[in-house]
Amino acid sequence: MNTMTYETVSRLAQQGGTIYFVILFLAACLYAFWPRNKAGFDQAARLPLDEED
Amino acid sequence: MAQPDQVNTRPGSGAVLLSIGLGLGILLTIFMAARTSDPRYQVHAFVFMGAFIAALSALVLGLSSGRFVQDQGRYEDGVIRAGVIASLFWAVVGMLVGLVIALQLAWPSIFYFPEIGWLNFGRLRPVHTSGVIFAFGGNVLISTSFYVVQRTCKARLAGGLAPWLVFWGYQLFIVLAATGYVMGVTQSREYAEPEWYIDLWLTLVWVTYLLVFLGTIWKRKEPHIYVANWFYLAFIVTIAMLHIVNNLAVPVSPLSSHSYSLFSGVQDALIQWWYGHNAVGFFLTAGFLAIMYYFIPKRAERPIYSYRLSIIHFWALIFIYIWAGPHHLHYTALPQWAQTLGMTFSIMLWMPSWGGMINGLMTLSGAWDKLRTDAVMRMMIVSLAFYGMSTFEGPVMSVRAVNALSHYTDWTIGHVHSGALGWVGFVSFGAIYCMVPWLWKRPRLYSDRLVEWHFWIATTGILLYIAAMWVSGIMEGLMWRKYTPEGFLAYSFVQTVSAKHVTNIVRALGGAMYLTGTLIMVYNVWRTIAGHVRQDETGAVLVQPSASGPASAGLAAAQ
Repeated sequence: MNTMTYETVSRLAQQGGTIYFVILFLAACLYAFWPRNKAGFDQAARLPLDEED
Repeated sequence: MAQPDQVNTRPGSGAVLLSIGLGLGILLTIFMAARTSDPRYQVHAFVFMGAFIAALSALVLGLSSGRFVQDQGRYEDGVIRAGVIASLFWAVVGMLVGLVIALQLAWPSIFYFPEIGWLNFGRLRPVHTSGVIFAFGGNVLISTSFYVVQRTCKARLAGGLAPWLVFWGYQLFIVLAATGYVMGVTQSREYAEPEWYIDLWLTLVWVTYLLVFLGTIWKRKEPHIYVANWFYLAFIVTIAMLHIVNNLAVPVSPLSSHSYSLFSGVQDALIQWWYGHNAVGFFLTAGFLAIMYYFIPKRAERPIYSYRLSIIHFWALIFIYIWAGPHHLHYTALPQWAQTLGMTFSIMLWMPSWGGMINGLMTLSGAWDKLRTDAVMRMMIVSLAFYGMSTFEGPVMSVRAVNALSHYTDWTIGHVHSGALGWVGFVSFGAIYCMVPWLWKRPRLYSDRLVEWHFWIATTGILLYIAAMWVSGIMEGLMWRKYTPEGFLAYSFVQTVSAKHVTNIVRALGGAMYLTGTLIMVYNVWRTIAGHVRQDETGAVLVQPSASGPASAGLAAAQ
């Protein structure tokens, strides 16, 4: 394959990687701030404290 | 509680497999010891053999006396108690060696015997670094992770005897690594000095650790996986990846203690510092952040300040840390774009680091009085202050222009120690002070006043240490770059060394104080385990979550 040069691979890795990671991170932010998840997080935050139950 | 036959399970196939493995291991080590012509390799073959024989004997004795019967309704705490004791033992060893080499820097001929070479600075230095990072820090991480994953999943550790294999296998790794260093067995890769066969052994132990941790999460009774477990998991998985890739090597022969790295040149350097910096990021940071996310809320009896922030913190930290390694290679053969990449990501790291620090600090919001009344709480909060300080200093030092001054100087040593002594050390001490009364079912620590002594002596020691290293680091950096009007270097190297004599003495004093604090802790923990309580103290009895029933009751209730 003549098109598979160092430049094309590195461009794919750099640009594709940036887009991929930014999307993943935004997904994590959405998950964290999704209003419906709040109750579950509040419950999870009490996990270390609710051991005696 | 469930039916007795479900509650008590004997270790079946696992123990048999372990016995077979140990038996084969003994045969292999006999072959290794008999056939090798490398005396240092032979010593290690005998160490392996001794460990395998001891383990097999203990296994047979334990099986025949029925000591390994496991109560599935209770947490596996024995291995955690062993881990706490091992942590303190290695803390004293690692810090003592650190003090010896600090004294050698101030007075080069002290504790050095040219005819044997074992106490040469170059051989003792990795004993110190591995001793405090991997032996002390590693045991703290393994034991706290076993504690936290059971409590937050309400499940007993998975794998029967496997947690014990992890514990003793890790101690064997430490003994092999340390004895190797003093004999001169080293790959010369910083923080990855152990040779190929020790690396293979650690890989086996570490994969077992991962499986135990995952297995416990798998059988959890809680729907949510608490954030501390995410950090522990990131630590375990990433360390496995870093360890395997950085240690890819070809042994000279299967019967030789020497090997050659699979990489060479600048690729080798980049792989090494990808490993080195992520050992900081995932061993010394992610693992200890897991401790923060469990023990600070637990001790403060308040939930973490923001669980949402903890999720952002986690993902931001692991996405960014992995790219920061090239900042160790500024002004080298590494392409400049890669240096800039490492610097940029290092600066970006400031945000998740401080996000995590704020999350821990603000957990105390509304309960700040605990800083005054509870020395253990204060120790953990001060650890976060040191974390914040060193994670600000780190990005600054990763800037190429700053690095031009700071690199190879004592400034780096001071930076590392503000993180290691202040953050990693103090958060570990805090977790151990919390766990000891919980694990041994004691009403409280032997003495809260001794914790105060530990805190103040150690804190003063850290401040002396890092202040001395700032002064000597910036001084030597400026001396190295000083030119005469004719364009010659103004100072010879040895002049910059002798200029650091006084600051090196102050550093040794700071280290001695930190070690003194640790010895006070060992005494306090020992008296606590023995069941003693200082009578003249009326310190408030703090959280007692697992005294006798509650923890196990929680597990039983969950079933």
